[in-house]
Amino acid sequence: MLSITCSGYGGQGVLTAGLLLANVSMEAGKKLTWVPSYGSEMRGGTASCHLRIDDHEILNPFYAKMDALIAMNEDSVDKYESSIVEGGVLIANSSMISGRGFRRDIRVIEVPATELSQELKNPRGANIIMLGAAIEATRLFPADEFADGIDAYFARKGRNNPLNRECFMRGVQAARHE
Amino acid sequence: MAMKLMKGNHALAEAAVRAGCRFFGGYPITPQTEILEYLSARLPEVGGTFLQAESELGGVNMVYGAAAAGCRAMTSSSGPGFSLLQEGISYIASAELPAVFVDVQRYGSGLGDIFQAQSDYFTATRCGGHGDYKLLVYAPASVQESVDLTVLAFDKADQYRNPALILSDASIAQMMEPVELPEMREVDFDRPWAARGRHGGENKRISSTMYYIENFDSYIKAKYDDMVAGEQRWEAVRVEDADVVLVAYGISSRICKEAVMQARERGIRLGLLRPISLWPFPVKGFAEVNPEVKAYLAVELSALPRLEEDVRLAAGQRVPVESFLGGMNIPESSALVERAASLISASGTFQR
Repeated sequence: MLSITCSGYGGQGVLTAGLLLANVSMEAGKKLTWVPSYGSEMRGGTASCHLRIDDHEILNPFYAKMDALIAMNEDSVDKYESSIVEGGVLIANSSMISGRGFRRDIRVIEVPATELSQELKNPRGANIIMLGAAIEATRLFPADEFADGIDAYFARKGRNNPLNRECFMRGVQAARHE
Repeated sequence: MAMKLMKGNHALAEAAVRAGCRFFGGYPITPQTEILEYLSARLPEVGGTFLQAESELGGVNMVYGAAAAGCRAMTSSSGPGFSLLQEGISYIASAELPAVFVDVQRYGSGLGDIFQAQSDYFTATRCGGHGDYKLLVYAPASVQESVDLTVLAFDKADQYRNPALILSDASIAQMMEPVELPEMREVDFDRPWAARGRHGGENKRISSTMYYIENFDSYIKAKYDDMVAGEQRWEAVRVEDADVVLVAYGISSRICKEAVMQARERGIRLGLLRPISLWPFPVKGFAEVNPEVKAYLAVELSALPRLEEDVRLAAGQRVPVESFLGGMNIPESSALVERAASLISASGTFQR
């Protein structure tokens, strides 16, 4: 079972990244739970979603320790870095998180996702770049299979945009070269 | 059939529509507002009516009216709003009309807070309003069960002409899981008891049936006895040889199931009895439990014990019953395993 948290500022697409991950996992026949951050949230504050993905029924949708964290901003690292399991993965958006040290007992993959998304002319695709790095690092799916899943998801929504796949694969490469 | 990824609230609302619900009157309150939001757009698509009431009191009485006309009708609320529904629910039950209610539980008395909880158990299962009635109460533990039990609630409400309640909570309501939705059903609302215009026929009786039925006391007692006999639902997990049996419903039961798996890996014989119907309480499920069971542990998200009371009644005097109270926090399954282990090691002192 993989426990993965996506966290960042509202508007950075963390809930969408989680939904994308959940949908592609579901279409691949996996079991999953998706739990949003919940409470008196502040506009402009940090939002998150928490997923568990497995081949078997997920019992407890809540977890104290995660295998992987997608951190779109600095606050997310402050909040969740200590909850990553030893040997787990932190995907850090280095466009917004810089000049800080990280835990030495986890794998940290720094991806300048916000800048890359500008380069790829898909400024709303930073979350998908981060997701690409996370999929590659966790080996949850073969990268191509997940990329096909992304295309299928957006096609179903009638919003097929080849740039999303490009963003995803850029994230995959970033994780490969770390 | 294709799976769909849905939030508990949205899935419950869609299930109501597919079960033939064509009227919703209610008032928003976190954490169930998405049910209203969803139905406000969805019901008009299928020729139904959504009304945001001026208050919960307005909503429940609109449901009474719609139900009296034979329409499958529903309202939903949470904690404070659920309290406000009780008078109307009592009237609907006394008129023997079918309707479905939803309480997405949140924590605390008074205004409380919006976090998940299971503290409305007594209001739900005893009789939240005045007089002699009970609701059929169903407790979903997943998004899929939010769908399945909502459909069941409409059918059972019709079968017994008695209101039914879905007792959910904020965590099940807000989380997403893949679900399989049932086919859309059309229900004929022109039922023999429904007030749909006299058309030269007899008057339909849509007020308290105690005014019309002879030997009402025994009649109504027999009706609720039938529900107790026929409508108990539960899931039993590894109870046949269990030394300790956890009893939990809804979100708590999922943590308990995880605890059972963990305990079994350690050689601790832990089991789970999960009530799916909270009323009638699945007393019959206790017959499946190891006759040598050493203790029951009721696990719930409340500050004070609620479920424990029903477990005591079902377990009889012989077996000790304790509570694990999560309050506003979802317990760790490891804490449940530790508690079970200590109950087993202490069980020597319980023996007669």
